[in-house]
Amino acid sequence: MRSDRSQKSPLGLKIAAGLGLVFLHAPILLIFVYAFTTEEKSYQWPPPGLTTQWFAVTWNRPDVWEALSLSVRVAAISTAIAIVLGTLCAAAVSRSKFFGRETISLLVILPIALPGIITGIALRSAFALTEIPFSFWTIILGHATFCVVVVYNNAVARFRRTSGSMIEASMDLGADGFQTFRHVVLPNIATALLAGGMLAFALSFDEVIVTTFTAGQQQTLPIWMLEELIRPRQRPVTNVVAMVVVLVTLLPILLAYYLTRDGDQIAGSGK
Amino acid sequence: MSTANSYRVAPAILPAAGGIRGVLSDAFWRKPKLLLILMLLPPVLWLGVVYIGSLFALLLQSFFSIDEFSGLINREFTLKTYGDLLQAANLDIILRTVTMAAAVTLASIAVAFPIAYYAARYARGRWKALFYLAVMLPLWSSYLVKVYAWKLILAKEGILTWVLAKLNLLWLLDAWLSLPIVGGNSLSVSFTGTFIVFVYVWLPFMILPMQAALERVPGNLVEASSDLGASPRQTFWNVLLPLALPGIVAGSIFTFSLTLGDYIIPQIIGTSRLFIGQAVYSQQGTAGNIPLAAAFAVVPIVIMGLYLWMAKRMGAFDAI
Repeated sequence: MRSDRSQKSPLGLKIAAGLGLVFLHAPILLIFVYAFTTEEKSYQWPPPGLTTQWFAVTWNRPDVWEALSLSVRVAAISTAIAIVLGTLCAAAVSRSKFFGRETISLLVILPIALPGIITGIALRSAFALTEIPFSFWTIILGHATFCVVVVYNNAVARFRRTSGSMIEASMDLGADGFQTFRHVVLPNIATALLAGGMLAFALSFDEVIVTTFTAGQQQTLPIWMLEELIRPRQRPVTNVVAMVVVLVTLLPILLAYYLTRDGDQIAGSGK
Repeated sequence: MSTANSYRVAPAILPAAGGIRGVLSDAFWRKPKLLLILMLLPPVLWLGVVYIGSLFALLLQSFFSIDEFSGLINREFTLKTYGDLLQAANLDIILRTVTMAAAVTLASIAVAFPIAYYAARYARGRWKALFYLAVMLPLWSSYLVKVYAWKLILAKEGILTWVLAKLNLLWLLDAWLSLPIVGGNSLSVSFTGTFIVFVYVWLPFMILPMQAALERVPGNLVEASSDLGASPRQTFWNVLLPLALPGIVAGSIFTFSLTLGDYIIPQIIGTSRLFIGQAVYSQQGTAGNIPLAAAFAVVPIVIMGLYLWMAKRMGAFDAI
C-alpha cells in the first residue's frame, strides 16, 4: 500500500506557501482599491476617500480608446496568424518523424526563450537594414512571431493525445483528406486551438517590450501605460485602466484553463 | 446471379474522386512528404525569415561601427564596436545585470519552493486546481500592471511605509535604505526595490517547472529517508533538493533570462544606474548607436547560450 498521500503537511510549510500566495496576489488586489481613490497627485495609502468618478473620466478619454482599439486589432490579427502557423507546425511535428524535427521545435520556442529585448532589437535592425517603415503591420510581424509558440504548445499536446487510428478509420470509410480534417481532426483539436488562441491573444494584448521596438508613433494599450508610468499625466486614469486590463486578461485565461483542464498538459503552463 | 440481388457488391477500390480537391487529397495520401512540406513551409518561412533573419541582421549590425563625428553607421566589418563594449563602464553594466539576475534567481527559488512543494505533495483535488490557478493568474496578468502595483506599494507615501509605521518598524526600513548600493532615498528608487519587483514578476515562472519536478518525486522516498533516521533538514538537502534540481534549473532559465533582458522594471523602479536592457534601449534610441546596442544584445544571448548548455547537461529540459 502506498502511504505517500496520507501525511498531513507541516505547519511551517503551510505558512510559507500561504505567504507566498499572498505575495503573488496582494499587489494585484491593491490595484482595485487604487482605482477608487480620490487622491490625484500621489500614491497615498490609505486612500483619503473613495469615488467612482474616474471611471467616467477614463470612459471619455479618446487616447485610451484609440490605444485599446489598436491593441485589440493587433492581438486579433496576430492570433489568427499564430493559430494557422502554430497548428500547421504542430501537425507536421506530431504526425511524422523527419530530419530536423528537433530544430523546428527549437525554432518555435526561441522567440520566447530569448529575452524580449533581443527579439525587439533584432526585428528593429532587420527593419532598418531592409528600410521597412514602422506601421501597424510591423507590430503584427513581431507579435505573431512570439504568439506561434503558445498555439503550438497547446496543439502539440492535443495531437499527442489524439490517436492516429481515428484518421485511418476515417480514410478507410472513404473520406478524403479534407473531409477527414474537417470532420475528424478539427473537432478533436478545436478546444486546444481555442485555448491556445486565447492565450496568444492575452500574450499579444499585454506585450510591451517587443512593441516598443516595432511600433513607430502608434500606441498600443501597454505602450500607453508605459508612457503614463514614466511620465504620469493623470494618475487616477492609469489606475482605472490598470484595473480594467487585469479584468480583461483574467477572462481568456480562465476560459483557456477550463477548455483544457482534462488534458495531460494544461494551457498556459509555459508562457 | 440476379436472384440473389438483395445486396450490392461495392468495389473494394473506390473510383478516383474528381476535381482539384480529389486530386490533391489523393496526392497527399500517396506522397505524405508533400503534405509534410506544405504544412511546414509557412511556419518555417515565417520564423526562419522573420525571426532568424532578424537575429542575423542583429549580429551583422554588431560588426558595423558608428562614425563618431557624423553619427552615421559605417557598414564595414569591424570589431571596434566589441572593443567599445569592453570599456569599464559597459563591463560594469554587464556585471550589475548578471549579479541582479543571479540574486533574483536565488530568491525566486527560496520563495517558490514552499508553494511548489505544497502544491505537488499535499494539495489534492479542488485545492490542487486552486493552487494551479493561483499561480497561473499572476503569471498571465499584465506585466505593466504588476510593475505599476509595486510602484504604488513601494512609494514613500505607499502601503509598505504605512504597514511598517503601524508595526513600529520604520527604523528598520531607514537602516536598510541607508546602506550603500542596496539603499537609496526610498525603496522605489533603490536596487532593493528593483530586486523585489523582479522576484515578484518572475516568481510564477519558477514555481511551475519546480512543481512539475517535485510531482515526480515519490513521497515514499521522503518517508524512507526519515525512517532511516534523517532529520527533515537532511532529507531536504540530500533527497528532495537533488531530485527537484532539474525543475529548479528549468525555472532558473526563465528567471535568469528574463532578468537579463528586462529594461522596463529597472527604468520604473530603481536607480539611474543602467542594466543591459536599458543600455540596449538607450543606445539604439537616444544615442542612435545601433551597432553598440546590437553588441550589447549579443551579451545576453551568449550568457544564455552558456547557461542553456549547462542546463542541458543537468537534464533540465525534461522538466519544462
